[in-house]
Amino acid sequence: MAWIVRHLWLIPVLPALAAGLTALAKQRSRRFAATLAIGTMSLSLLLSVCAFVHVLRGGSTSPEIVNFRWLQYGDTWLRLGWMLNPLTAVMLMMVSLVSLMVFVYSVGYMAHDNNFTRFFCFLSLFAAAMLGLVIANSLLLLFMCWELVGLTSYLLIGFWYHKPAAAAAAKKAFITTRIGDLAFLIGMVWLYSQAGTLLFYNHGAGCMEGSALLHLAAQTTSVGMAVSTGIALLIFAGAMGKSGQVPLHVWLPDAMEGPTPVSALIHAATMVAAGVFLVARVFPLMSVHAGLAISATTALQAVTWIGAITAVFAALIAVAQDDIKRILAYSTISQLGYMMLGLGVGGVAVGMFHLITHAFFKSLLFLGAGSVIHGCHEEQDIRRMGGLRKLMPITFATYGIGMLALCGFPLFSGFWSKDAILHAASGWGISRTPFYLGAFGALLTAFYMTRQVCYVFFGESRLAASEHQGHGAPQTPHESPSVMTAPLTLLAVFALLLGLLGTPAWPWFDAFLSGVPASFSFAGFLEHGVLPVMLSSTVIVFAGLGVGWWLYGHRPAPNADAPDVLETMQPQAFHLLRRKFFVDELYQATFIRWNTWFARVSNWLDRWIWGGAVWITSHVVLGLSWLARSTDTHVVNTGFDEGCQTVSSGGRLLSRVQNGSAQSYLRLLGAAFALLVLFLLWSGVR
Amino acid sequence: MNLLPPISLLTVVPLVGALAVLTLGRRDSRMARTLAFAFAFLALAVVVVLWHWFNPTAGGLQFEEVHAWIPALGVEYHVGIDGLGLLMLLLSAIVVPMAMAASSRIVERVPLYFSLMLMLEAGLFGTFTALNFFHWFLFWELSLIPAFFLIRLWGGVQRAAAATQFFIYTMVGSVALLLAFLALFLCTGKFDFMDLATLAQSGQLLSSLASGFALHSLTAGKVGLLLCFGAFLGFAVKVPLIPFHTWLPNAYAEAPAGVTMLLTGTMSKMGVYGFLRILLPIFYAQLREVRTGLLWLAVATIVLSAYAALAQKDLKRIFAYSSINHLGYCMLGIFSVLKWTGDNPALGVEKAAALNGVFLQMFNHGLTAATLFWFVALLEKRSGGLRGLDDFGGLRKVAPVFCGMMGIALFSSLGLPGLNEFVGEFLIFKGTFPLASWPTSVSTLGLLLTAIFILTILQRVFSGPLNSKWAGMHDLTLSERIALAPPLVLMFVLGVYPQLVLGFTNSTVMQLVRHLRF
Repeated sequence: MAWIVRHLWLIPVLPALAAGLTALAKQRSRRFAATLAIGTMSLSLLLSVCAFVHVLRGGSTSPEIVNFRWLQYGDTWLRLGWMLNPLTAVMLMMVSLVSLMVFVYSVGYMAHDNNFTRFFCFLSLFAAAMLGLVIANSLLLLFMCWELVGLTSYLLIGFWYHKPAAAAAAKKAFITTRIGDLAFLIGMVWLYSQAGTLLFYNHGAGCMEGSALLHLAAQTTSVGMAVSTGIALLIFAGAMGKSGQVPLHVWLPDAMEGPTPVSALIHAATMVAAGVFLVARVFPLMSVHAGLAISATTALQAVTWIGAITAVFAALIAVAQDDIKRILAYSTISQLGYMMLGLGVGGVAVGMFHLITHAFFKSLLFLGAGSVIHGCHEEQDIRRMGGLRKLMPITFATYGIGMLALCGFPLFSGFWSKDAILHAASGWGISRTPFYLGAFGALLTAFYMTRQVCYVFFGESRLAASEHQGHGAPQTPHESPSVMTAPLTLLAVFALLLGLLGTPAWPWFDAFLSGVPASFSFAGFLEHGVLPVMLSSTVIVFAGLGVGWWLYGHRPAPNADAPDVLETMQPQAFHLLRRKFFVDELYQATFIRWNTWFARVSNWLDRWIWGGAVWITSHVVLGLSWLARSTDTHVVNTGFDEGCQTVSSGGRLLSRVQNGSAQSYLRLLGAAFALLVLFLLWSGVR
Repeated sequence: MNLLPPISLLTVVPLVGALAVLTLGRRDSRMARTLAFAFAFLALAVVVVLWHWFNPTAGGLQFEEVHAWIPALGVEYHVGIDGLGLLMLLLSAIVVPMAMAASSRIVERVPLYFSLMLMLEAGLFGTFTALNFFHWFLFWELSLIPAFFLIRLWGGVQRAAAATQFFIYTMVGSVALLLAFLALFLCTGKFDFMDLATLAQSGQLLSSLASGFALHSLTAGKVGLLLCFGAFLGFAVKVPLIPFHTWLPNAYAEAPAGVTMLLTGTMSKMGVYGFLRILLPIFYAQLREVRTGLLWLAVATIVLSAYAALAQKDLKRIFAYSSINHLGYCMLGIFSVLKWTGDNPALGVEKAAALNGVFLQMFNHGLTAATLFWFVALLEKRSGGLRGLDDFGGLRKVAPVFCGMMGIALFSSLGLPGLNEFVGEFLIFKGTFPLASWPTSVSTLGLLLTAIFILTILQRVFSGPLNSKWAGMHDLTLSERIALAPPLVLMFVLGVYPQLVLGFTNSTVMQLVRHLRF
């Protein structure tokens, strides 16, 4: 076995070590923290490259695995392990590269923060958990890392803990994702009991390998569903929570309370995509069916529909947001929906390809947004920006590339990956609706991104106009330092070119994941439905860009308080979108209220029913003892006293007789004798 | 090791310590404290030596001592430990010094306080090692009496009511337990747990009950259930299971923090221990008849207590309900193994997983809950006794290390992977799901609710703008950090390497599973 496979564990453990050391370091050892984090991350990236090259050279389809014993129960061992296959290698590359970029960027972005050291500790911990999640060869190990990335997400959303909104958002994120995680946990223990192992691959005995899958698909639950479907749906619920799929998406926009590098790394590129990665990892389970040749399993249909609905739902909301990061957050939710859609209709390669391209262009956009926020002195409202293209040229150029990639502008990376999804959706056997939803989402994407870019970079600066509202002394926006723009530039290159790895003419990505050599041929474009879909999506993108420019670009908003163009056209619909379809309000009025109500009921039960029963018992006992005491005083004692009285008065009476005088004794004796004689005589006579 | 009887010696150490603290430390409270710590650490050292000598693969009882005592009454001095006993000894020996360290706010009658603590420890050691009902029951009650006085004399404002409630409540349970065992003795002539378990396994227990109660109209099965219920009551109050729990929030809240740590860390485990050592092996058949009801009782305990925790405002009361919730998982694990599985080896493995999980959970909960109450004590020390959820705010700014260290304990309680409690909970869920799918699924709700109230604590106490009242609060001192480090390190160690415990419990679990096949 190759050195890199045996030592794959080093990739997550190095950042974990950095996190541990930084946690013990003093608050002011900033240079130490940053150097350690970036140093270990670079080493991890180096090892990831080694792993990638190893897979590239090896070209074997069966994953290379290393399993080890963790704990023992009964006569079996619970084993964990790590694995290396193309999917792992690609994710390792992406996660470690984006992480490194964000780490470097953070040195500039967080330079003035008091808790700089702590920030790098949490970031390293996150990277460790995320990389562990990627290499895990056991659903349990994956779940453990899954929870740990959730923890770091919680810690980093609430990084500015003194802001109540940040503390609340952190809590909301953790709890919302945990709802999904409970389903995941149940699915996992169910899978464990059915398959007898949680190792994905174990030379034919893993739970994602033939015999176990067939066993799962062949059994049915009491409601007639295959066991494999039930487990797959439960695991997918976990993925929905982490990847912000409707209806568990509510936490992700709020998570923007965290520092922007965190949003870029965790809430755009890596952690939120973990749900998609999970579905890809357990894809054999998702797609297994017993015998019958149906085109899509129930689990995959669920993935498809949830993904398609999320893609449009979030894109609609993004249209009406004003916070630069929240627009990107809803865009992320929408794009995660696309990835799910891609997994559902096209399989692992389609979904994963969009995951990878999205990771680069979305982290680019977030870091660009961070640069804008930094330049505008912590302003996040796009209505108060404007005209930044002249003041922040590098940010503008890179942001533009990211935006075009996200919109799916031809030849940019997002174009190829989104197109693959739409192409797969158009050929889906069950229904055409997901395709139409996806196409509509693409239109919305192009539109809201154009709206955002127009507000931020075009027109005249509206920042000064809002100064009277108390934002401090007027300051002109400035370009960010090179420690921030350098990662932007590098990410922009990826956003531009990465798509070339998965064009129809050279589907290298698809081939790499399936372990076959890729071949170059323009004939790929001529396959059924490729060109029509490509053309129609191009038209859609241009339509979105055009409408956006027409509404926002050539007539920029005059000042920060002017109503949105859409608002003047459709006030009610705009209000509905701006308020995010009132989902938060709905949850507040239902689940949260029920929960609070039930907590009160429980407390009430405790106080009055259980406590009341005890109170009644104790008072019954007290009553009984009172009764006993009063019986004592009034019946027993009185009776006793009276008895004593009787005895003593009787005694007194008798004591008169015993007076000690001999004459009276003799008198009595004589009287008695006379009586006796009389009695004998009388009886003798008879 | 053959020269001295190690277990009797272990039980004697804290008793001698209690006397020493009372006599030598009478004048000088500093001396009393030092002596108490010395004896607590000595006991810990003895337990560690026992652990070192313990054969982890044997499974059965080790270090057994059997001496005839009152042969006519079936009473003999019989002590010994298996994996379960050793685990509980370790836990008690670890929690007692922690509880002593958390008692720095005690200034009145210091020698008496520490001597009572050591007496309680002796009671715990006796309970976890005794194998004959007679002296087991003595120790069981012996631990109750110091606890009563510790609450009654050093507790909060409502200590009198809380202590009385605690004492009487537990006493009612104990009386039921005592009656049940007297009845068993009358029918079988046995007081020894092992003998009784063997009788139960061979079915003779039921037949002797039939002959013992032949005069009455009750059938043997009914008598068995009745006796089982009596014993059940004794343990259910101690754990506690809803609805036998109402003494707990008051007792935990009113007791001084060190005593609360002992109550939750060790005494609540006496109940679970009773279920595992006594109730399961002896009354297995009877419990199985009411299995479904018991399972849902455990689920109700988990869910209702978590909801009740959500409604509390006092940190100690939150953790008190959380304690009920965590032990609910143990109960779920125990009741799930009542399922009749015959000789199906796959389900036998699930039972082993569930019971190993229960063992781990007992230890982990003891460690984590005690640590959490310790943090509450440290907080009270700084706030002058305030401990309401809304009394603070933004403390992380002035006490970042406090927040970080307490955060570790809180996340351990939440069941975060990488920390100790996750492993036990996972093993319980893993084992119970195939044995009782629906109760297991419903009880995961408890995990969600735990997350909600734990994160609410972090949000209200440590986050948000700093409450100006506490601007001068000082962070953990160096000595406090050093004292808190061992339990926190142990949380990490057990989270990453649970085999440290499972290595010696598993063989005991396997023996128990084999025993429960009748």
